[in-house]
Amino acid sequence: MDPGLLAQFVANGLMLGMMYALVAVGFTLFFGVLDIIKFSHGDVLTVGTFAGFAVYLGLQAIGATNPWLQVVAVLLVATGAMAILGALIAKYIVMPLKSAPPLNILLVTLMLGTVLRECVRLFFPDGANPKRFPSLLPHDAVALGSFNLRLDSVLLFLGGLAVVVAIHVLINRTKLGLAIRAVAQDEETAKTMGINFTLIVLVTFALGSAAAAFAGVMNGLYYNEINFGMGLLLGVIGFSAAIVGGLGNIYGAILGGFLFAALQTIGAVALPFASAYKDVFAFAVVIAIMAWRPTGLIAEKTSARV
Amino acid sequence: MSAPGLETAAARVPLWPGALAAGLVTVLAIAFMWAENEWEVVGVLTAAVVGAVVARRAGWLEPATRAFTQRESVMNRFAIAGLFVFVAFFHDDHFPLLMVGTVLVYLLVCLGLTIQFGYAGMVNFAAAAFLGVGCYTAAVLSAHTAIPHLLVLAIGGAVAALIGSILILPVIRTRGHYSAVVTIAFVLLFKTFLEVNDTLGGPQGLKLPSMQVLGWKFNQNFSIAGIEFSFYVSYVLVALALVVIGFAITRRLERSWVGLSLDAVRLDETASACFGIHIVSWKIVAFTLGNFMAGVAGALYALMLGFIAPTNFTFGDSLIMVSIVLLGGIGNPWGAALAAAIVVVLPEKLQLIQEYRFLLYATLVILVLLFRPEGLLPRRLRVYLPGWRPR
Repeated sequence: MDPGLLAQFVANGLMLGMMYALVAVGFTLFFGVLDIIKFSHGDVLTVGTFAGFAVYLGLQAIGATNPWLQVVAVLLVATGAMAILGALIAKYIVMPLKSAPPLNILLVTLMLGTVLRECVRLFFPDGANPKRFPSLLPHDAVALGSFNLRLDSVLLFLGGLAVVVAIHVLINRTKLGLAIRAVAQDEETAKTMGINFTLIVLVTFALGSAAAAFAGVMNGLYYNEINFGMGLLLGVIGFSAAIVGGLGNIYGAILGGFLFAALQTIGAVALPFASAYKDVFAFAVVIAIMAWRPTGLIAEKTSARV
Repeated sequence: MSAPGLETAAARVPLWPGALAAGLVTVLAIAFMWAENEWEVVGVLTAAVVGAVVARRAGWLEPATRAFTQRESVMNRFAIAGLFVFVAFFHDDHFPLLMVGTVLVYLLVCLGLTIQFGYAGMVNFAAAAFLGVGCYTAAVLSAHTAIPHLLVLAIGGAVAALIGSILILPVIRTRGHYSAVVTIAFVLLFKTFLEVNDTLGGPQGLKLPSMQVLGWKFNQNFSIAGIEFSFYVSYVLVALALVVIGFAITRRLERSWVGLSLDAVRLDETASACFGIHIVSWKIVAFTLGNFMAGVAGALYALMLGFIAPTNFTFGDSLIMVSIVLLGGIGNPWGAALAAAIVVVLPEKLQLIQEYRFLLYATLVILVLLFRPEGLLPRRLRVYLPGWRPR
């Protein structure tokens, strides 16, 4: 195969992997603190992206057209607003259901996702049609043979990487992260040690939702198109990635995200069938991995209590 | 000899509250279908909800439930009779009959799901995929072979069970959310596969010929004694027959030692293994039986619609089926029947408020799960002896 084309696929795969990883990190954080799956995560991503898009439109309307200013404002508002939305969802929908059967929580959050998605479709002006997301980052390109390395792709990838590293540092190096890990390990003991359980849960949901919003804006800037259904597939893939990696483990989520993107890329490029089968291939491998490692690649450390 | 005291206790449970309830539900269903504009629909809905709440507060539901649980075989006949009244009322009207047929198909799938996670506790988010396997099997077989259509229904189920067996290994080795992701991945895989596979029609889907049983062509309106009947009546009757069989299987299974074993597996795997219950084989039985029922339902669904496309078998459709089981009350087939009717028909009738129906529907499910998490008709304890009441 032509090396330039191959490099193109690899670059695309890395970008996809970063987005999946950001979404999967959210799933794994929520599971860590509350042992629940919040399926509205993908649609929170959609709402975040549309919030960012609205900010862009607003800035255009008042004449602030400096692209750097716009990128910063879009990212700040999208992540900030979704952090608040995530905390609200945690407080009013998820926390009251904490002791309900897991299936009920799954269904409630799925339906909440539907509500969010429908709200974007119905109440965003002309929300039912795909929107053209502006490319705000400079798109100078360096030609490496037949491969064009675009500057905006590099910046987006580095931005995503920075977010992942920041979350990693936050979880492992700060007092807040220590509290999150303590809650994830044992809720009761964490409470007796003076940790404000509710606050930590809300902060964790805010953190995960903000990461999803970042992934959504990244998606918009990269593909230059957003629509109300974009979060559904991203959410499901993020969930699969978190599960394949092993729930409750951030490295697992990142590994799962990149693995899924790699599978899609391999399915599109390297295998002898039409590239349209790439998702079929990726999901089939996910099922096979689950048969091989039933608790994910990096297994949860648990012992069954009888 | 059976204990005579218990026999008479069952006979003394009055039938009329149950019969009245069945009659009222039938009248409501007819009124709901009959309603033309949105005010009438909303009016009937409000009447139904207010009636249900008042009856619950006043304690009128208790005698009706007792009639349903204690005199089950008689009440089953009342329910079927109610459906016949409904069909007779709309005998030449295509749309309500198609709705009833769809409800019955969904109910059959949900009975399979009830066995899978109501009894054995196995999460299955791929119900729509197994429905789809049945549909596509029926489409291919009826287009290319001369296999009798009743047999096609059975083959549809068998193929669904066979394809489901691919998933058995990962589903049995995994638990909880991990198990959910296996079935979610499968339903996404299935839909994508159908969309890109040209031999199965791709995104355009496949057309099916009319169903035929012993020379009786289903796709023709027919008349008996001068009364014209819609062709959907035939399909509704077949669907009803299948649902009756499925219902009987589910209820018999629940009452039998098989159901007890499945309940034990769901409630505590370790403990049931200690009591010598073979967890893996019971899970395989439940999973395969459930998928078989979904496949049969799919084969009939395809023949009834006459046209199938990948968009019928999305993750969203699986969710609808799961929410039917949850809304109805996990493990209670009557609950599944009620919820299937509500979930399938409500969005169709609310088309009057077109744009907002998914929003309303999703909000409704959230509210029900927040305020009545055990579902509309929660499952009750088994009653082995007629007249026995839990203390």
